[in-house]
Amino acid sequence: MKRMVEFIVNGEAREMAVDGCRSLLDALRDDVGLTGTKKGCDVGDCGACTVLVDGEPVNACLMLAVEAEGRSVETVEGLQPGVDRLHPLQDAFMRHGASQCGFCTPGILMMAKKLLDDNPSPTDEEIRFGLSGNICRCTGYTKIFDAIKSAAREMEAARP
Amino acid sequence: MRRFDYYRAETLEHASRLLTELGDDTFLFNGGTDLLVEIRERLRRVRNVVDIKQIPGLSDITYDETRGLTFGALVTVGRLENLSLVRQQYPNLRAALASLGSIQVRNRATVVGNICRASPSADTIPPLVADGAFVHIYSRTDMRVVPIAEFFTGPGKTVLAKGEIVTGITVPPAADNIGKAYLKHGRRKAMELSTVGVAVSLAMDEGVCSDVRIALGAVGATVLRAPQAEAMLRGSRLDAATVRKAADKAMEECTPISNVRASADYRRDMVGVLTGRAIRQALETFA
Repeated sequence: MKRMVEFIVNGEAREMAVDGCRSLLDALRDDVGLTGTKKGCDVGDCGACTVLVDGEPVNACLMLAVEAEGRSVETVEGLQPGVDRLHPLQDAFMRHGASQCGFCTPGILMMAKKLLDDNPSPTDEEIRFGLSGNICRCTGYTKIFDAIKSAAREMEAARP
Repeated sequence: MRRFDYYRAETLEHASRLLTELGDDTFLFNGGTDLLVEIRERLRRVRNVVDIKQIPGLSDITYDETRGLTFGALVTVGRLENLSLVRQQYPNLRAALASLGSIQVRNRATVVGNICRASPSADTIPPLVADGAFVHIYSRTDMRVVPIAEFFTGPGKTVLAKGEIVTGITVPPAADNIGKAYLKHGRRKAMELSTVGVAVSLAMDEGVCSDVRIALGAVGATVLRAPQAEAMLRGSRLDAATVRKAADKAMEECTPISNVRASADYRRDMVGVLTGRAIRQALETFA
């Protein structure tokens, strides 16, 4: 039986009809058409599907779409502050080459955004702790951490 | 994903009725971080899930000095982990919470879900057993309260009867003379299931141990107490020799198996190492 779900995706009100057993991840990708959020393991281990629900990071594969009712979901597509403008994290990831195959990148960007929102100048240890649920099998994390630290500095400098 | 039907319970009574009426293969759906994985990996046959997250009154966290800390079934691991009260008064529970899964998982997973899943390696169980916590259980005819050490009957098995629902957990209050620790041993630091977990809660009065509970995780069919080791510590000054003897005794008292994560012998050795270390760490509270 399908249920109607009304929720907010990247600031925009949406409505969709979904089966009760559909994951938020599948609904975002296949029903809403936002394929930036990746399906890695589909069992909550890899973090590639990390989205923010009411501001808190969760694995979209471990949440049902029907649970999104009345809630606000942010995906990597909503990270850009405007057309042709990148979020400082996106810009830093490009400059530092913090992405190889790119599959983990959307999840890491969302987790890093939450990390910097809560803690504008994290230590290396805090970045490691914050990203421990996001697995990258290409880069070895060094460039990812460099990019996050660089974005943190720029965001701090841009603050009035 | 394997198909299942989704029900949203409005009240405890409603959830309990759905559990009994929908028949076998019906499961409560709380954080879902284990259940959805089990469905997808075909480890559990599930026909219906009953979501309890809209039931009012299950999200509260309260603390008072006589009763202690009480939290509802919907309280997530992440919410408790970030409470300063938990950090200060329940460092053993806090260590277990912070070591469970990832931040993303902890934002969904609940402590009540972790105990109801009744995995012998569940992180939150040893500190709750060491602290002497109580489990609040609803049924349509009455409410009952069960000491957490009596809640588990085997791997994945609890005393819950069909239609019963755990509504919350109470952990007795901390005190200035109580020291606590939880040590988790795994192959890596994060995103890891415990190979061995040891929790210790001990009370010191004028330099003498007046009470102690040792809880051993992942080395038995349920989380185990080590009553003989505890008896050796009670009444002692917890000098190095006594602590060592008690740690050796805890090795005898556990009943580990060999599996993909470690051999039984290794687990037993680690119980010795971690029990001694956890007692010393609990004592550091008074240093």
